[in-house]
Amino acid sequence: MKGKKKFHFSSLYLILVLLLMYLPVVMVVIYSFNASKSDAVWGGFTLAWYGKMFQNRSLMDALRNSLLLAVASCAVSAVIGTIGAVGIVQGDFKAKGIIENGAMLPIMVPEIILGMVFLAFFSLLRLPFGMLTLIIAHTTFCVPYIFIVVKGRLAGLDRSIGEAARDLGATEMRMFFDITLPLIAPAVASGTLLAFAMSLDDVVISFFVTGAQTNTLPIKIYSQIKLGVSPEINALCTVMLLCTFLLICLSGWIGRGRKKRNPIKEETNL
Amino acid sequence: MKRRSKAWILVAPLYLVTIVLVFLPLIYIVALSFLKKDVLWGVTNEWTLGNYRQMLDPVYLKTFVDSLKLAFATTVITTLLGYPFGYFMAKLPPRWRNLCMLLVVVPFWTNALIRIYGWMILLRAKGVLNTALMALGILSQPMKILYTYSAVLIGMVYSLLPFMILPVYNSVEKMDWSLVEASRDLGATAIEAFFTVTLKLTLPGVLSGFVLVFVPSIGLFFISDLLGGGKIMLVGNLIKNQLLQARDWPFGAALSVVMMLLTLLIILLYRKITGAKDLEGFF
Repeated sequence: MKGKKKFHFSSLYLILVLLLMYLPVVMVVIYSFNASKSDAVWGGFTLAWYGKMFQNRSLMDALRNSLLLAVASCAVSAVIGTIGAVGIVQGDFKAKGIIENGAMLPIMVPEIILGMVFLAFFSLLRLPFGMLTLIIAHTTFCVPYIFIVVKGRLAGLDRSIGEAARDLGATEMRMFFDITLPLIAPAVASGTLLAFAMSLDDVVISFFVTGAQTNTLPIKIYSQIKLGVSPEINALCTVMLLCTFLLICLSGWIGRGRKKRNPIKEETNL
Repeated sequence: MKRRSKAWILVAPLYLVTIVLVFLPLIYIVALSFLKKDVLWGVTNEWTLGNYRQMLDPVYLKTFVDSLKLAFATTVITTLLGYPFGYFMAKLPPRWRNLCMLLVVVPFWTNALIRIYGWMILLRAKGVLNTALMALGILSQPMKILYTYSAVLIGMVYSLLPFMILPVYNSVEKMDWSLVEASRDLGATAIEAFFTVTLKLTLPGVLSGFVLVFVPSIGLFFISDLLGGGKIMLVGNLIKNQLLQARDWPFGAALSVVMMLLTLLIILLYRKITGAKDLEGFF
């Protein structure tokens, strides 16, 4: 009896906290369909804000910038992070420990410091602030996400498969593309998706390294929210939430596929 | 030998990024923090400790103290809310546990601004919360929550709660329950067993949560900007203002260096206490 009661209390607690966690998000979604311009009153259901959003040039520019930024920095950091993790696990290099820890710094230090550091450093180098600086900064903090996820996956791999391939005469190159890469592909994908989400999400660092002409979506949202409410922002946020949701599903699907489709994993984990 | 030279190519970009984009800029910031600000713009070539001395000005000291207080309050509340959550979650049957885990992790992926914005809708004077409370007859007139300290605290706790839940969950999940059973067999009550055994065994998770909550809470300037209406000044806001409004980069750099040292100190302290190399509960 007692055990059952306890179970109820703990479930209730979990549900309550989760409800609180999702309440603000739900609010944004609900109010994106609100016909009234003020968010205190409910003026009936409308899709007008979505229409307005797509006609808003500066919002659409910001969206395009954000996507371009996320794709570019993730593509670059996926390569750097993946081959870096493979190399670090394989070889013994000078200052390996320092680099491993150093590579993680961008996600360890508070974002604002990274933003400030980049702002000062880029202006020292006289780089023009805009898409270029954004991509450099985002790449720097995307690399660690991919690096750590791939490294974790490599640690769980059986080295003997690779050694067998080499004994059978495979070149280093061949071994990487035929053995290592297929095995770590799910980790590369999920690390990259995480980095993609982080890049789309970033306000603080972008805030410092962007130029006056280049807005990313979060920066645009930030300035709009600060200025006052415009219901288009609700619509935009809802669209972003939907995109995020799709990313999560994709990442979950990759994770699930790994278990189902890749029998090698079971062997290599033994 | 051949093998080694090839692997070197693999790590070269990582080395390059880490050295050029992490180490060099950090070194530059440290150097910048010791330089003197030029009258109008930029820096002179004179070395000075003035930027650090400037921090001792009562106005700035107060910002530091306020920031640390808020970070501390955030940490305490997230612990009180997050520990039971992580604990209960670890004891759920696997199917529910995975669902719960998913629900906790989803906010990580969603935009922090959107979630803070949701709170603004809720907490506004004529917002959802006040309207609801007044409709229920609990309040006769709207309560001012948005643009107060409480709103900033709510936003901080809300944003950082998952960083407490996940490490606690991890440490409870891998805990050796036979130790709790043993203490129960030896006559400890459930509450005694919790405080003497469970809490001690899960302490690394809690401490890891402390670090993961405390460190970012000093820098989240947009939360105090949006929910505090710019009235609540934190170190994060101070750095932002020094860089973008006052244009005093050396002072901003000095503030960043102090914050980095503080972060480093907290992480070292964590390692010393728990003996663990990495923070628990992540990756």
